[in-house]
Amino acid sequence: MADSPSWDLLADLQLLLRFHFMQNAFVVGTLVAVLAGAVGYFVVLRGQSFAAHMLSQVGFPGAAAAVFLHVPPLVGLAAFCSAGALGVGVLGRRLDAGNRLESAVVGSILAFSLGLGLLFFRLYAGSVQAVYAFLFGTILGISDRDVAATAVTTVVCLVVLAAIARPLVFASVDPDVADARGVPVRAISIAFLLLAALAVAVTVQIVGTLLIFALLVAPAACALQLTARPTRGLALTVVLSLLFTWTGLAVAYFTIYPVGFFITTLAFGVYVVIRSAKAMSGRSVGEPA
Amino acid sequence: MFAATSFSLNPFQDLQSMLAYDFMRNAFIAGGCIAAAAGLVGYFVVLRNQVFTTDALGHVAFTGGMGGLLVGLNLLVGVFGSCIAVALAIGSLGGRARGRDVAIGTVFAWVLGLGLLFLSIFTSSHSASAGNTGISVLFGSILGMQPAQAAIASVAGLLTSIALLAVARPLLFVSLDPEVAASRGVPIRALTAFFLVLVAITVAESVQAVGALLVFGLMVTPAAVAQNLTTSPYAGMAVSVAVAVLAVWVGLTLAFFIAYPVSFFITALAFGTFIVSLALSRGQKKGAPA
Repeated sequence: MADSPSWDLLADLQLLLRFHFMQNAFVVGTLVAVLAGAVGYFVVLRGQSFAAHMLSQVGFPGAAAAVFLHVPPLVGLAAFCSAGALGVGVLGRRLDAGNRLESAVVGSILAFSLGLGLLFFRLYAGSVQAVYAFLFGTILGISDRDVAATAVTTVVCLVVLAAIARPLVFASVDPDVADARGVPVRAISIAFLLLAALAVAVTVQIVGTLLIFALLVAPAACALQLTARPTRGLALTVVLSLLFTWTGLAVAYFTIYPVGFFITTLAFGVYVVIRSAKAMSGRSVGEPA
Repeated sequence: MFAATSFSLNPFQDLQSMLAYDFMRNAFIAGGCIAAAAGLVGYFVVLRNQVFTTDALGHVAFTGGMGGLLVGLNLLVGVFGSCIAVALAIGSLGGRARGRDVAIGTVFAWVLGLGLLFLSIFTSSHSASAGNTGISVLFGSILGMQPAQAAIASVAGLLTSIALLAVARPLLFVSLDPEVAASRGVPIRALTAFFLVLVAITVAESVQAVGALLVFGLMVTPAAVAQNLTTSPYAGMAVSVAVAVLAVWVGLTLAFFIAYPVSFFITALAFGTFIVSLALSRGQKKGAPA
C-alpha cells in the first residue's frame, strides 16, 4: 500500500509478500480459488448459481454471529451455509429464480438473514470495517487460525468432490438416466449442496457475501463458454479463478482500493470479452443457465 | 440507539413519549408512505415474477448513491437517477431481468464491486465517519432522515401509490393474461415501462427506509404474505400494504424502546408474518391433495 510497484516483477513479488497478512491472504486466496473454481464448475453446470447466491447471503449472519461469540468467522459461515444447504436439499426442489412463489420465499429469507446479520454486528458493537469485510471481502485480518481452517476445509472438500465427481457429472448432465442406472441422484445432490455451502463459506473470506459470483460462478461461466469437455473446463475454471484472485489481491495491495472491486471487475471483464469474442466469431452455443 | 426513554406499562404514554420526538414523527410518516408504496408495487412485482429485478435495482441503488456522492451530488439524486435509468434499460431489453442468471449475476456482482470502489474513494477522500454513509445506504437510515428528506419520501410514496392504483386494473390484466390483454388493445409496452419506473422509484424510497440490501423485506415479503392468504388481487394488495406499513411502524416502535437496528426489526416482523401466513395457508390446504 505504501509501496509502489516497479517494472521489476521479482522485486514486486518480494514487496507483495513482505508482510505476514499478505502471505496469509495469498495462501487463503489460492485455496479459495482452487475450491471455488472446482465447486463453481459444477454449480454452473447444474444451474445452481442462484442457490449459491442464496447460501452466501445466509452466511452473513453466521459470520456476524461468530464474531459476536468470539469463534472464527469461518465456523459461523460454514454452520449457517450448511444449514441453508440442508434446507434447500431436504425441500428437494431445485431453487428456481423463475418460479414466482419460490423467488418470493427466497427473497424474504435473504432480507431476513441480512437483517439478522446487521443485528449481530450491532450486538457486538462491531466496527463498520468488519461489516464491510464480510459484505465485500478484505485482504486484511486473515489470521493464522483462518488459514488453517481454510486449508482443512479445502482439502476435505476437494477429496469429497473428487470421490463423487464421476457420478456428479452423470447426475448433472442427465439426472433421469443416472437415476435409472442406480446412481443415488438425491444423495449426491444433497452432498454437492453441502460442498457448495463450504466452498461459499471459505470464499466469503476473500470476496465477501455480496460478491461471491465473481469467484464461484464467473470463472466457470467463462470456461463453459470455451469448452464443453468436463476435465478441460474444470482445469480452465480453476486457472481463471486463480488468475482473478492473485491479480485482484496484488492490485489491491499496491493501490488503496478494495480487493472486491478488482476481482469482480476482472471476472466481469473476462466474461464480457469471451462472450463478445464468441458472438463475433459467430458460433452460437447455448449458454448454460 | 435511543433507549433513553424507557418503556412503561401505559401504552398511551409510551406512544406520546415516542412521538414527542421530531425524528420519530418524521420516520412514522415517511416510513408509512414508503411502506404503502412498497406493499402495493411489491404485490405486482411478485405477481409478475420480477423479484430479481428488484434485487438488481437494489444493487444499482447502492452504486448509484455512492457514485452520486462521489461526484458531489445529493445521495438521493444518485439513488433515484440510477434506479430509474436502469429500470428503463431493463424495460427496453424486454421487460424482465431473469432467466440467464449467470450473466445477470456476474453483471450485478460487478455493479456492487463498483459501488464498493466508489465507497472506498469517498471514504478516503472524506473523514473516516463517511464509512457510515455506506452502511446507511446498505441497511437503511429511517431514523436519520432530515425533515426535507422525510417530506420528499412521503410525497414520493403517496404519488407512487396513487399512480399504481390508477393503472392497477390494466396492469393486473396484462400481468395475468398478456395475450388477451394485447388483443384487447391494452398498451403492454407502455404499461410495462411505466410499472418498471414505479418499481425503480419504490426501490429508491425503500433504500432510505430499510436499505439497499433489505429492499426485499419491504417489497417482497409483504406481497408473499398476501399471496399466501388470498387469491383476490384487491384483497391481496390491501393485505400487502397493511403488512408493510405495520412492519415499519411496529419496527420503529420496537427500535425506539430497544436499542437494536430498526431495519432488523422491520425485516424480522415481515418475515415472522410470512411464516405465520405460510402455516395458515398450509393448514387450509390440509386434506386437499398437495
